[in-house]
Amino acid sequence: MIGPAEQFAATLAPPVPRAQAAVHCRGVTKFFGADETKVTALAGVDVDIPYGELALLVGPSGCGKTTLISIVAGLLDATAGEVEVLGANLDTLRGSKLVRFRSANIGFVFQQYNLLPALTAEENVAVPLLVRGEPRAQAVRKGAEMLAEVGLGDRRKSRPSHLSGGQQQRVAIARALVGEPRLLVCDEPTAALDARSGQNVMQLIKRIAVKSDRAVIVVTHDSRVYAYGDRVISMSDGKIERVEQPLAATA
Amino acid sequence: MIWLAWKMLTGDRAKFLGIVFGVAFGSVLIAQQSSIFVGLMRRTSSQIIDITSADIWVMDKRQQNIDEIRPMPENRLYQVRGVDGVAWAVRLFKGNVRAKTSEGNFRQAIMVGIDDASLTGAPPLMTRGAVEDLRRPDGVIVDEDGYRVLFPNQPIELGRTLDMNDRRAIVVGTCKSTPPFQTFPIIYTRYSQAVHYIPRERNTLSFVLVKAQAGQSVAELCRRIAQQTNLLAMSWVDFLMFNIQYYLENTGIPINFGITVTLGFIVGGAIAGQTFYLFTLENLKHFGSLKAMGVDNWRLIGMVIFQALTVGLMGFGIGLGLAATFFEVTERSGQGDLRGMFIPWQIVAITATAVTFIVLAASLASLRKVLFLEPAAVFK
Repeated sequence: MIGPAEQFAATLAPPVPRAQAAVHCRGVTKFFGADETKVTALAGVDVDIPYGELALLVGPSGCGKTTLISIVAGLLDATAGEVEVLGANLDTLRGSKLVRFRSANIGFVFQQYNLLPALTAEENVAVPLLVRGEPRAQAVRKGAEMLAEVGLGDRRKSRPSHLSGGQQQRVAIARALVGEPRLLVCDEPTAALDARSGQNVMQLIKRIAVKSDRAVIVVTHDSRVYAYGDRVISMSDGKIERVEQPLAATA
Repeated sequence: MIWLAWKMLTGDRAKFLGIVFGVAFGSVLIAQQSSIFVGLMRRTSSQIIDITSADIWVMDKRQQNIDEIRPMPENRLYQVRGVDGVAWAVRLFKGNVRAKTSEGNFRQAIMVGIDDASLTGAPPLMTRGAVEDLRRPDGVIVDEDGYRVLFPNQPIELGRTLDMNDRRAIVVGTCKSTPPFQTFPIIYTRYSQAVHYIPRERNTLSFVLVKAQAGQSVAELCRRIAQQTNLLAMSWVDFLMFNIQYYLENTGIPINFGITVTLGFIVGGAIAGQTFYLFTLENLKHFGSLKAMGVDNWRLIGMVIFQALTVGLMGFGIGLGLAATFFEVTERSGQGDLRGMFIPWQIVAITATAVTFIVLAASLASLRKVLFLEPAAVFK
């Protein structure tokens, strides 16, 4: 069992060698607005996230976590700084190239699941494959297989409205992983779940998402899940405050 | 992605049906009201429509329509016949009479007196008897719908008598005619007989119907007749449009129907547009997710346009079907006297254009939200 936040014990994480970094950020800055309304969301972020690890991005609301994962996932442009993801400099990817890069390499898990209510679970899981242009029957078959991996093989014909929150998030995880992405970005995947469902979701991510050729970033407020991380990156005021390794991860 | 767009569209059946209903509502109002309007305009010229054997209609130059007739002296016929290029010219009487049936019913009726010799101007389709029966003494042909007005709840049979201007008329045939603007019976008889069925007038010649010689330009012949006789001469189609133009300019019909059609367009557009817009807004987070997963703006535009055209096509089909059913049912039941009304292909095209405009406007308003949606918004 993972203990409460006060029992979380960690040590400073060692630096990541450049060759092992799935995500490499240097001096990443992001401003929103201009002049009097200018807001600094990120103020020179330096961070590396290696392959084969589950990195937790933690910190108070407004500290820049969501902005950072949006930039890393290629959904938002940085104002300044260098962002290299899976060996590709995102500055050099624009328009359709960036869209294809995202489609091929990045999986997403959203806080509110964002499952299409009109689709069954297996159809929802198949959506990223359909986006890539796979034939529907093949995509849905792969979706059903992926659902079985997350333990929902028997609910593949269910619509989201007939699934619990935890089950919906498992469907969302299956959807994020069905395309074999090399980077998985999860935004508060446990925030809408009760404690037990949250633990189950994190266990699932840890069990099936983390692979040697894939990096997983999970943004979370939930200190009860810190121990699932291989690396806990704390942010404050748009900066990286510290990067730690839970003792369990170093063991 | 088309499959996905279809699933998203039909996922919420209430909203989907709401959008289709909005488009169908607009379609049915536009198609039905426009068709009735066109039908009414056709009715104003029903006698012109039914007499197609002549190329040219000649009348008093101050005449403004087919109903307000300024009769001409008989010698005008011979003046017209004398114009170079005229193959033949015959008389036509058109006026209103009061007809009394043997049961004592009084009805106002339209009297058409056709040329005694050639019977030019005869009804287009006989249902009982023959046009030649008009040569029988006191013989008249009555249109079938008019017969039912004159002899309500009675089977149609020939030989019934009418009294017009204290003169007897015998029904020797029935016909199908284009329904008139005023829902009066139409009574056809020979010209020489028609003038006895109306109160005595000095002049009785309503129109001269002219056939141009082979190879003769109708427009040129009209100009020549007008020049040589000081009468108004118009080709069949010009007279048709001239008459319709009069009703367009001098009655409130176009304004009233225009208002209804515009309301149909606005209300249908508002229902469909607003529902479609809200539907897109509710799906915005899903569009954001799709964007994050790698769907570019062009594919999203394709999805939204597909959804808009789908509801547009369905609403248009349902609306047009309802309008057509309305005309079919009223025609068969005889209710509301909308006989002869139908949906011309031009109205179908206009309705399709209006529906396309509605759904495209709705989808463009929605697309703006989708296109300017930051993919990063999915994390908010």
